[in-house]
Formats: sequence, C-alpha cells, structure tokens
Amino acid sequence: MSSTVTTTTGASSLPRLAFVGLTTLVLLYAAFYLYAQSQPLFGAVMLAIACGFAVIYGANRFYGARFIFPGIAAVLTFIALPIGYTIYLGFTNYSSFNLLSFDRATEVLLSRGAADPATEQPFAVAPEGDQFRIWLPESGLLSDPVMLTGEALAPVTAALSPAGAPASLLETRDAIRLREGLGLLTLTTPDGMQIVNSGLRTFASVTPEYAQQADGTLIRASDGTVLTPDHSTGFYVAPDGSQVPPGWRVGIGFGNFEKVFTSKGIRQPLFSIFVWTVVFAAASVGLTFALGLTLAVILQWEHLRFKTLYRILLILPYAVPAFISILVFKGLFNQNFGEINMILEGVFGIRPNWFTDGNLARVMILIVNTWLGYPYMMLLAMGFLQGVPEDHKKAAALEGASSARVFFTITLPQIMPPFLPLLIASFAFNFNNLVLILLLTTGGPDIPGTIIPAGRTDILASFTYRMAFDDSGTQFGLAGAITLMIFIVVAAMSYLNLVQMRRAAARRAGK
Amino acid sequence: MIVERPADLRRKKILAHGFMIIFLILILFPFLSVISISFRMGNFATGDLIPRNPTLEHWVLAFGFDYTRADGTVVEPPYPVLLWMWNSIKIGVIAGLGVLAIATISAYAFSRIRIRGKGTLLDSLFLIQMFPTTLALVAIYAIFDAMGEISPLLGLDSHVALILIYMAGVTLHIWTIKGYFDGIDTALDKAAAIDGATPWQTFRFIFLPLAVPMMAVVFVLAFIGFINDYPIASVLIRSEDKMTLAVGSRLYLNEFRYLWGDFAAAAILSGLPITVVFLIAQRYLVRGLSDGAVKG
Repeated sequence: MSSTVTTTTGASSLPRLAFVGLTTLVLLYAAFYLYAQSQPLFGAVMLAIACGFAVIYGANRFYGARFIFPGIAAVLTFIALPIGYTIYLGFTNYSSFNLLSFDRATEVLLSRGAADPATEQPFAVAPEGDQFRIWLPESGLLSDPVMLTGEALAPVTAALSPAGAPASLLETRDAIRLREGLGLLTLTTPDGMQIVNSGLRTFASVTPEYAQQADGTLIRASDGTVLTPDHSTGFYVAPDGSQVPPGWRVGIGFGNFEKVFTSKGIRQPLFSIFVWTVVFAAASVGLTFALGLTLAVILQWEHLRFKTLYRILLILPYAVPAFISILVFKGLFNQNFGEINMILEGVFGIRPNWFTDGNLARVMILIVNTWLGYPYMMLLAMGFLQGVPEDHKKAAALEGASSARVFFTITLPQIMPPFLPLLIASFAFNFNNLVLILLLTTGGPDIPGTIIPAGRTDILASFTYRMAFDDSGTQFGLAGAITLMIFIVVAAMSYLNLVQMRRAAARRAGK
Repeated sequence: MIVERPADLRRKKILAHGFMIIFLILILFPFLSVISISFRMGNFATGDLIPRNPTLEHWVLAFGFDYTRADGTVVEPPYPVLLWMWNSIKIGVIAGLGVLAIATISAYAFSRIRIRGKGTLLDSLFLIQMFPTTLALVAIYAIFDAMGEISPLLGLDSHVALILIYMAGVTLHIWTIKGYFDGIDTALDKAAAIDGATPWQTFRFIFLPLAVPMMAVVFVLAFIGFINDYPIASVLIRSEDKMTLAVGSRLYLNEFRYLWGDFAAAAILSGLPITVVFLIAQRYLVRGLSDGAVKG
C-alpha cells in the first residue's frame, strides 16, 4: 500500500503520448465506423473505451489506473454489458417472430415481389458448355450464360440483351429438369425490368408486392390492403387486425413479466422448476460436503496406510473434464442398453426408467452431481482439517469424549467458518449448473401441458436456455425476463457471500 | 483416541480399508466400463467388463483414420475429434494467456498501488463475478449476431468471439493472484522504491518473477475452465469444424445416431491429456482455490 507514484516528464513521455494518441484515433475511428453501420450501442461502447483509454494512459494522474484498465474494460464490456442487455431484452418482444429492426422488417416486405401473370411469356434454354442461356422468343432477348446445375446453387442475376435465336435449344423435357436452377434465377431486361420463372414454360416480370406510402403505411399491390406499422406489437397490421410477418423488436414494458405471472401454462412449471432448482443446489452442496468431509476425515487418520494412492484415486472424478464424465454417465444410465441397468437387472431384476420417470431422473442427476463434486469438497476439507490444532482434540479425548463427539464439538465448529463462503459459492454454482442439466437430461422428461418446453429436471438456467435456443421456439425476450428473476436470486446470494467473506477476513485479522 | 487397544485398532483399520475399497469400486466403475466399451465390437453391444472380441475399430476412428472391418466394409470416422481437440486447446491457451496477463497486472495494482475507490471497485468486481456468463447468453447471442453483420470475425461461429467472452472471466483469477501478492512482504517494494523503481518496474522485476508458480496455477485453472465450457460455446459455435470438444462430443450420443463405442474411445483420447495435466497441478490448485476464495 505504500508506493509513491513517480511521474516521468519531458522527452521520455513523448513517444508514449504519440502511441496513446494514435491508438485513441484508431479506437475513435472504430467507434465512428460502428455508428455508421447502424450499431449505435456498440459505437457508444467503443467510444467509451476510446475515451477511457485516452484519459487513463494519456494523463499522468491516473498512473495506478493504467494497471487495472484492461481488466475493468473487459469485465464491463463482456460481463456487465451483457447482463444489462439481457435485462433490457426482458422488456422487449425479441423472438424468432420479432427478430429484425423496424427498418430491416420494412425492407424485407418492400423487397417481396410477385410475378405478374399479365406479363408472362414463354422461354427456351440454350446450352453453352456446362452453362445455359435463356432465350425469350417473344421479346427477342437472350441472357448471359448462367450455371443452372451443380451442388452449390445460389440465387443469381443475369442481364438480357437483344439477339437472334440461338442455334440449338433444349427440349422442354430437358429444360424442366433445370427447374431448380431456373427458380433461383432473376433476369434483368435492358430497360431495367426484373423477370423471373413463373411456370414450367413461362417467365414473367416481377412487381413489388408492397409499396410504401408517404405516411409510412404499406399498400398491397394485388388487393389494395393498407398495412399500418404498429409499434406497440412490432408488426405491420392489416385493417382486419391480422399481423404480417416479419415483425420487429419493440419494448413491451412488463409484458413478459405479466405473461409469466398470469399465464398458468408458464407460472406452474416455473414455480416447480424454481423449487427443484433450490432443492437441487442445496442437496448437491449437502451431499458433496458430507461425503467429502467423511472421506477427508478417514484420509487424515494417522493409522491408515496407502493414503496417497487412495487420495489420487478419489480425486479422479474431479480431474476428468466434467463434460466427458457427464456424457459417460448419460450412456451408462441409458435405459435400454446402458451398463447400469444391465447390472441392476442381473442382480435385482429391475430396469429403472432413468430418463422417462421424473423422480428417477432427479435422483440420477443428484447421483452424478455428487460423483462430480465430492472430490472438491474433500480436497478443501483436507486443507482445513490440517488447521485444527491437535492438542484441542487430545484434550477432549482425555476428558473421555468419543471420537464422534470430538469431531462434532471440536473439529466441525473450527472448520465451518472458513468453509461457509465456499459452500455458498458452491450453492451459487449449482444453482446455475447448466452443463450438467444440458448434457445429461436436457431438462427432460417434459412436464405435460406447458406452453413452453419445461422438464422435470430443468433448473431455471436450463429452462431459459431452452426457451431461447431450443429448436421449438426462440423466445429471447421471455428468457430475458426470467433471467432477470434469476439475477435477483444470484445477487442476494453474492451479497450474502460478500458479507461472509468480510466476516472471515475480520476474524483472521483479529487473530 | 490416544491409547487404543490393539484389537479395536485392528477392527477400525479393516473397516476403513473395506469402506475405501468398496467406495472406490463404485466411483471408478464408470472409468472401467468406458475403457471396456471402447474396445468392444459395435456401438450398442452390451457385454462383459473384459471384451470377448476386442477390436481397435473405435480407436482407429477416434484418431481420424478409416477402419476396414474383417468383412471388407470401410468405416469412416463419424466426427473430427482431433480437430475439435485442437480447437479446444487453441482457444483455451489463447484465452488462458489473455486472462493471465490481465489478472496478474490488475492483481498487482489492487494489492499494491493506491487507487481512488479501490475498495468499491473490488467489491463490485466480486459481485459481478457471481453472475455467471451463462446467464447473459441471450444478450451475448444478440450482441455477436449483430457484430457478425459488421465483420464475420466477430460474429457467431467465430473463435475470436469465444476467446473475447472467455477473457472477460478474469475476476476470480484477479482475486486468487491478489491473495498471493498480499502475502508478499511490503519491505520488498519499499526497497525497490528507495532504489528509484517505478511501480511498473517493481511489478516487472520483483513481483512477476515471484508470481510464476501462482501464475501457472491460474493458467491451468483458467484453461480447464474454458475446455469444460459447454453453454457459451454451444450458443456461439454452430458449424461442425469450428466446434470445441465439449460441444462436439455431445453429437455422439444423439438419439438417432447413438455411437456409444466411438464415443468411449474419443472420450478417453481427449480426456486423458487434460486429466494428466490436472493431476500434476492439483497440489497447487487446491492451495490456490482455498487461498483465493478466503483472502479478502
């Protein structure tokens, strides 16, 4: 805590200032570029980084802050910002239906075109090497050569120009074989009209499906329907009230939270998932702590031989990468051809449905998590047990206390205070133990009768993960709202942990 | 407890060893069966612990070679395990080194340099660190989805994006190294200051060399954490050749294409190196874990 900040002045700071200035300019340009690319949020973040960089590395006053700037900037950008952004998304309707920005959604609608039947004209295909030209006999136009076959077909545009009839034309039958490629083809006439394949034998010009009017509404060319943009739902709405996708992302206030609390199909599974999350985290901590402590006590026993060997073998589950162990258990517990059911059937004649019975799935999750977690607790307990003075235990034993009594009255009270913050951290870790749930059961078996996929073994974190990233629906906004609720629980736990740590630090300082 | 009768002691010893052995058999059962499965014929076959017709098929496939069965059919490797492993190691090492650099410098400043508002900063770092990145997945997805429109390098399906996210997870490691620096005698930096060293020089020439063992611990911890990450990588990475081991391995146990035997060989192949690194480092790791967590 006792360093004097020496300020270097004069010539030596010139190259540094030049470097800082140059880097700031680059960062500022990046900020401007991001803003120009219509990403104002990222532009603002970059601008903040640029300003912070310039001030902290340019001025001598902030010498100390130079050391922590990279860390703070990384944490703010990639942890604090996403947390804030998640909370913001919880107040929007961001989902697979409302994915785009308003401008992009309008653009998509305006670029939609329909082939106009009135302009249909027949076509023929002229082969040229492995490519083809399209011949429109009625208007006497011939296209540039295009690829119509092959594996990587992509939409292509080709220009038409006046020409005489080509020498050889494909039979209609052969031309029909090319229809996949023809469907992706857009032709441009010399006067700028777009022409697409509109039938087996015809091409027709494309007219836009929608036209934008001065007041921002869209008018449908075919039937004159007027679509009004509704910025409270994020959709263009027809007079009859129907919504025309794609929608855009808008703020909907507490809409997601209302949905969570009023819709029975969400509220009920959410409540049962919350209860299970707490039970799962508490049981995991309790089981791993009890098992780890027991093993540590046995390993500390002075008369036990082969301690090192036992220790190495006992921490193996902790040493193997967790995702591998979890997948191994997924296979071993497999109901039909897993080794565990094979043994159980051979010995007891039972075949438990580990993945389709909700309660058994929960038991399985706890077994696997205990297997994964006890070595950590054991290692910690071994460290803390060494700190318990031997003469306290001896004194108690001389007074005639049994070894169990010594353990519970002397040893346990001494190791609990340093253990407590770690147990809270372990609870918080398991509260969000996404890897275990996703890899082992993916939340299943599903709870019947829910609006969004929810399973008997889902914890809150996996529930929101599935809501946002499962194939069945990408409800980012709703997931954000539920994440906010998890945040509140986590914040309470982290505050509790902070208090505990302070207490532990104070106690150590007092010693 | 101090004076025990020999007969009692003997009984206790047998009890302790018996418990240990039974417990170890239960605990090690998954490992033994995975080794056995990796040498068994086929992907469904259930059989004895010691396979009756051992085959190297799964192992040859795991190493990325075609395997020709006795009847002449050629089996191609289902997934590029070695590529996934390389991806994981590459991302883990780069992000680990980044975390190490940021965490060591920050920890030194938090431990030794007087900065206004340091206490508040440390507290808020501690609070933020409790929020796992996995909870902000929706926002991370949205951010990188949007960034991808500017540059695919920073978008979804990019290793750069993954490394950036991983590197932000420095807070816990700042804590660990700070705890270590706090334990170093302040006489050292006073002596350096008297000799005219700037704080940067004190860090570079005194603290950095002293911190090497602790930095090794932090690097291994960070590396293993990144290798083990599934949620973030699964959201950001989509194409098969960009996947990390954790994301890719899951494909083996797909309901519609269940490759139990191939998975067993791939799991041992990829899990063994990490396990060995961990076992070598574990002595120091535990000290780091408890020190870092308790020292405030």
